[in-house]
Amino acid sequence: MDNLILKVCTKVLFTPIILFGLYVQFHGDFGPGGGFQAGVIVAAAFILYAMVFSVEDCKVIMPPKLNFFLLALGAFLYGFVGIIGLILGDPYLSYDVLGTTKEAGQHIGILLVEFGVGLTVCNVMISLFYSFANFNFGKKNND
Amino acid sequence: MMPFIIKNLPILIVITPLMFSLIVAVLNNNRLAWTFSTFASFLTMIFTILLCFEVSYKSNISYYLGNWPPPLGIEYVIDRISIIPIMIVSVIGLIATLFAHNFFTLEIDEKLVSKTYSLWLLTIAGLIGLITTADAFNLFVFLEISSLSAVALVALGSKVDRKALVAGYNYLILGAVGATFYVIGVGLLYGVTGTLNMGDLAQKIPALGLNKSVIVAFTFMMLGIMVKAAVFPLHIWLPNAYAYAPSPVSVLLAATSTKVSIYIIVRISYTIFGSSYEIYSFESLRYILLYLAILAMFAGTIMAIFEKDVKKLLAHSSVAQIGYIVLGISLATSTGIASSFIHLINHALIKAGLFMSIVAMGYYTLKRIDVKTIAGLGRQLPITFFSFVICALSLAGLPLTVGFISKLYLIKAAYISEGIWLPFLILVSSALSLIYIWKLIEGLWYNEKSLKIEKIKELPEIYLPLLVIAFLNIYFGVDASLIIDNSFIASDALMSGIK
Repeated sequence: MDNLILKVCTKVLFTPIILFGLYVQFHGDFGPGGGFQAGVIVAAAFILYAMVFSVEDCKVIMPPKLNFFLLALGAFLYGFVGIIGLILGDPYLSYDVLGTTKEAGQHIGILLVEFGVGLTVCNVMISLFYSFANFNFGKKNND
Repeated sequence: MMPFIIKNLPILIVITPLMFSLIVAVLNNNRLAWTFSTFASFLTMIFTILLCFEVSYKSNISYYLGNWPPPLGIEYVIDRISIIPIMIVSVIGLIATLFAHNFFTLEIDEKLVSKTYSLWLLTIAGLIGLITTADAFNLFVFLEISSLSAVALVALGSKVDRKALVAGYNYLILGAVGATFYVIGVGLLYGVTGTLNMGDLAQKIPALGLNKSVIVAFTFMMLGIMVKAAVFPLHIWLPNAYAYAPSPVSVLLAATSTKVSIYIIVRISYTIFGSSYEIYSFESLRYILLYLAILAMFAGTIMAIFEKDVKKLLAHSSVAQIGYIVLGISLATSTGIASSFIHLINHALIKAGLFMSIVAMGYYTLKRIDVKTIAGLGRQLPITFFSFVICALSLAGLPLTVGFISKLYLIKAAYISEGIWLPFLILVSSALSLIYIWKLIEGLWYNEKSLKIEKIKELPEIYLPLLVIAFLNIYFGVDASLIIDNSFIASDALMSGIK
């Protein structure tokens, strides 16, 4: 797509979209939002970039290897926060021990877990987009 | 360290493979990925063994996730019933992981091997999670985890044979239908009772009296899981999925996935709905299961007799064996359920051994194994052939093998509840199964060899796990007290829930 207006608009919009994603992410415990929605919003920024410029350009700012690593890291973060509680003597996924009070612990726990969810959802969306964008019908798929 | 582990055993057996699957996914080195997977499945088995000792004197371990007590939070329950399928999954999981490395490097793109191990561990984690959870919705989540990763594993067979893609697609669609049916049932139950905890559901359902939502929910849940368990008319995804999956995946899925689903059938009908057995008179349902099981016994066996491709033949035979297991459940007596638990364990051992020896032959000859290519292979691969014969005779039910023990108890249970006609049918279908077993053994040993291959050297990393399985087939056939005692304890515990 070779349209100057679209390209400039995308460049202008890219950062605010990610910022909005982060707002939805960290506002999740007080209002509507959370990891799933934020992940999709952040991924939308990358997908927009890939659609207006090209998939190859998008792969420069988000290499597939990094993408896959972050995808696994997000889910790992979710599980690992649970394990911290387990090591500190509570059952799995119990966040009480993370903070000084129970409420603070739950707050920290859910914030970290939601961040993990956001990371995974964002990268799953991007990697789904990559695999569909790279799919050549009739040819052998290389990536 | 030790009390910490003991306290958290019910969750450790699930999160060990789960967390390792995420680590393995990002590794670049295939050998390292295999080492990590082996380590994870080894740890899981250690935890399972510890859990066995725990359960043997506590009889019921309940674990609250995140310290939220049920019915609000998710509860994991390990008791004398669920420890049996957990043991099957972790033992077969370890042996199959040890066995897997050569096959994955041969059959799958080099880039995808570490991701394959990740899916592999995810399948194991999902299957163990399915068994441990006592929360009806959490069960659905694990159902999705295990079956989606299994679908991806089946589809990875496409490097060897493109048909794997179609097989995986069929498995995906039918599996999704099954899971959706299950979750519709759970939704209806939640609507009328307001709880998702299995123990809580069992207490609240009888108070509802005759309620149509409960009957519909029961039907949906059972049908959904029956698709996953491949009970006879709902089995069509199974033969292709097992036949075209990468070899180690066939071993893992054939030995564990349907067994776990059958365990869930038992849980739904005896734990959740056991207390309302009389009110809704599920007695009639038992006959539906009984006739389906008989049909499965014959249809599976006859399909196997006419099948040319050996992996598919074994898959058809699995359908028949699932018939035997469901038959035991449908008798709805303590002996019946015990016999189906015995066969659950034994069939896992038998099918794991058979699939392992057949795929090992495929590995050595680099050919798809069908009735023609196996000719004369037995003489070239004596150790593999030896294990194959032990497992095949065990499938037929020869004395001193595990197959004999399960047939013995099944026939006894069938005779007690239904009279002479049912044992007769079981014997006829066992006799029919001898036809396809003999067809294979004859081909392997007596026929002139059709493939021109160099002298093959058998690899220890392939035949040692196989010999372990063959040994277990004999060992539990001679001294079956461990399996039988635990199965009877489990079935008595289940029957005590029925009012």
